[in-house]
Amino acid sequence: MAAAVLLAACGNDDASNGSTTPGTTGGTTAPAAITMVVYDSFPTADTPLNEALAEFTADTGIAVRLVTAGDAGTMVTKAALTAGNPEGDVMWGVDNTLLSAATDGGVFQSAPTPVDFGDVCENNDIASFADHGIAPPATLADLLLPQYAGLLVVENPATSSPGLAFLLATVAYAGEDGWQQYWRDLRDNGVEVADSWDVAYYERFSGAAGGEGDKPLVVSYGSSPPAEVVFADPPRTDAPTGVAAGTCFRQTEYAGVLRGTKHPAEAQQLVQFLVGERFQRELPLTLFVYPVNTDVQLPDVFTEFAVVPDDPFEIVPATIAANREQWQDQWNEIVLR
Amino acid sequence: MAGSVERDRAALNRLPRWLVPALAVLPAIGLAVFYLWPLLTLLQRVVQPGSIGHALSAPGVARVLWFTLWQALASTALTLAVGFAPAYVLARYRFPGRRALLAAVTVPFMLPTVVVGAAFLALLPQSWHGTARAVIVAHVFFNVAVVVRLVGAMWAVLPTDLTAAARTLGASPAQVLRHVVLPLLRPALWAAATVVFLFTFTSFGAARLLGGAANPTLEVEIARRATQLGDVDGAAVLSVLQLLVLAVVVWWSARWQRRAAVQFAGVGAPRRSRSRAERRWVPTVAAATAVAMLTPLAVLISRSLRLGGRWSLAAWRTLGSAEVRPGISLGVDPLASLVTSFRLAAVATVLSVAIGGLAALAIVSAHRHGRLLDVGLMLPLGTSAVTIGLGMLITFDTAPFDWRAAWWLIPAGHALVATPFVVRALLPVLRSIPADQRAAAATLGASPLRAWLAVDVRRVMRPLVAAAGLAAAISLGEFGATTFLTRSGRETMPIAIARLLGRTGQVPRAQGFALASILLVATAAVVMVASVLGERGGASDA
Repeated sequence: MAAAVLLAACGNDDASNGSTTPGTTGGTTAPAAITMVVYDSFPTADTPLNEALAEFTADTGIAVRLVTAGDAGTMVTKAALTAGNPEGDVMWGVDNTLLSAATDGGVFQSAPTPVDFGDVCENNDIASFADHGIAPPATLADLLLPQYAGLLVVENPATSSPGLAFLLATVAYAGEDGWQQYWRDLRDNGVEVADSWDVAYYERFSGAAGGEGDKPLVVSYGSSPPAEVVFADPPRTDAPTGVAAGTCFRQTEYAGVLRGTKHPAEAQQLVQFLVGERFQRELPLTLFVYPVNTDVQLPDVFTEFAVVPDDPFEIVPATIAANREQWQDQWNEIVLR
Repeated sequence: MAGSVERDRAALNRLPRWLVPALAVLPAIGLAVFYLWPLLTLLQRVVQPGSIGHALSAPGVARVLWFTLWQALASTALTLAVGFAPAYVLARYRFPGRRALLAAVTVPFMLPTVVVGAAFLALLPQSWHGTARAVIVAHVFFNVAVVVRLVGAMWAVLPTDLTAAARTLGASPAQVLRHVVLPLLRPALWAAATVVFLFTFTSFGAARLLGGAANPTLEVEIARRATQLGDVDGAAVLSVLQLLVLAVVVWWSARWQRRAAVQFAGVGAPRRSRSRAERRWVPTVAAATAVAMLTPLAVLISRSLRLGGRWSLAAWRTLGSAEVRPGISLGVDPLASLVTSFRLAAVATVLSVAIGGLAALAIVSAHRHGRLLDVGLMLPLGTSAVTIGLGMLITFDTAPFDWRAAWWLIPAGHALVATPFVVRALLPVLRSIPADQRAAAATLGASPLRAWLAVDVRRVMRPLVAAAGLAAAISLGEFGATTFLTRSGRETMPIAIARLLGRTGQVPRAQGFALASILLVATAAVVMVASVLGERGGASDA
């Protein structure tokens, strides 16, 4: 009896709907239910994205269960370790900094599809800097100045994809032989490290609405300020946070069918839905990223407050693939030990 | 004694020849598939060309090795020093609450390492988090029981007339300690030091929560390499390196313990405090020990009830809903993890009791050949949990043995860790069964097999309950192997606790402390119930 319950509850990755009640499995005759593996900051309920997914289920009869697998770095490493016997059928949110780790690890059944993009940039709490009468930093070089000592929180590049993107920005800025010194200086200037974007932004950063942090500088996105305007309570007409356009790294996120899925057709159907207009139009105001689908018209609040850097830092994928693990390791040694 | 073994053998020789192989087959298969095979896979990864050089030249590896070694030595020395006084007081004096104090000292040792880690996160100031001292302090708390039990057991039988004679001859208390007591205690001190060193050298749960990224032990680094960097080869090299160190320490310590062995006939019962000085410091040591043992656990529970500097039940109320903000969940459901943990513990307990029970019966029935199984089943005990998990993860990843998504893989790993304890708990009972009981049953007309069933198997039932409690407690708190085998959305309690306490937000942290409190109470309850039931049986068996 207990074993049967266990079998029903745990034996099936993908045969249930709803993210909290995996006990109600149908038999093999039930319409397919598939699982999409997502990162921490992907909403699992109550947002327009979830409504769009519900519409997909209503139209196709394919239920979609969301499983949160940690920040993007953790999610991809785990996917590589479970390649061929995945934790779900579709994965959302592998970005260009981690793509090689995923594809080399045989995570995807076929090449994943771009789903959104954005810029990882240092954000600042405008009110906090105004209170202290100093201008916020604008460039990576500025972050080393003594007036910004102890103010910045970044994400760990081993666990977090914005963290990795920011590390890559510093590599592009200071060079493959110079970034180590940049980070030694940043460490000496009191940089703080969080394991995920979610922790850094909502628990350490002082500029996030409803956040409890005390750090006025954080590594986030060029499109984070619109989020602060949209969710402001009481409503406001200006953004409480600013973006340092000289610190940005371009990030593209991908989604794809995981190798080893038992429902390849349904999974493929979901991926197609993810790049379609219905789902893509919800991205700007829920995940605060740019949709790849050009049919989508960007909301005004998004175009008004998002910062698009003229000249973001970039590193070619082959260089990232060849050096990522070593850079993460060296970073760990310089900053955390 | 030897005579009874001879008679035992004579009686057993009449048991059916298929009995021992039939008993041994399951444990042997389990050991081969879930322990030896993963170990060979690990070794195979290590001997690949370039693998060792690559792993050992990775930045920071030398430092991790050095830190692991020195913190283990420091923890061991400090644990011996701290445990000395309570060991003495508990061994030599009779006072009200002595049994309760003994239990209080033993509790931390039975607790999951993540609970101890969480308790010290709650207790120590923020500035201690991520430091070596935090790791060492938690290690001392965790292991004092080893010193109190091992050194105390020897101290209790130390002949009092020796120390009295030395005092009469004019030796000061310090001289008596140095020239009489310490040399006599040396074997116990060595044994305790070895056990504490092994535990702290392979520390994972507490070290990961308290040492953070700045001060990782070898275990934490192995897990980081495999699960964060995806550097499985590097992790495998470090795992095997750690196994070698453990083997050397065990071998070296066994040699020393043999050489230091002391024989004496024990006459020394605990007595009441006599002199005025004694009446003052014995209660002082006892009270200080009780406070030191209970404070971290009390603080853990109280921290789960505090939010924003005020008392609040919010963390407990929101335990079932993992949302941090509308729509955004933490990815761990604390209450679901509770259910998951109990289910997995039930399976792991059944597995380890079945396998361990069969193995113990086989070992006793097979005499000399049983030694192979005996030693084989003890091997997982000398292997770190992280190594077991990593080995299983990289072994069972290819069809038809791709079991990474199988629900029973985690309980199988837990059973591997728990089975040696089950065997250890049963063997003494089985070995103590007098042959004449079996003979009596046979005289009354039972066939040898029936007599064996009636006597041996029935005898073992009660200690089996105690062993089951132990196995359940081990499974509930298992963290090292589970770290590798866990699947997203199916987290166990220790994994959920570590995830929650990895956050800095007040609510998730308070939830982490609340969940750790639940795990604390659950483990303590399981261990207590099982030991009460087991003791009742044990008394009549002894």
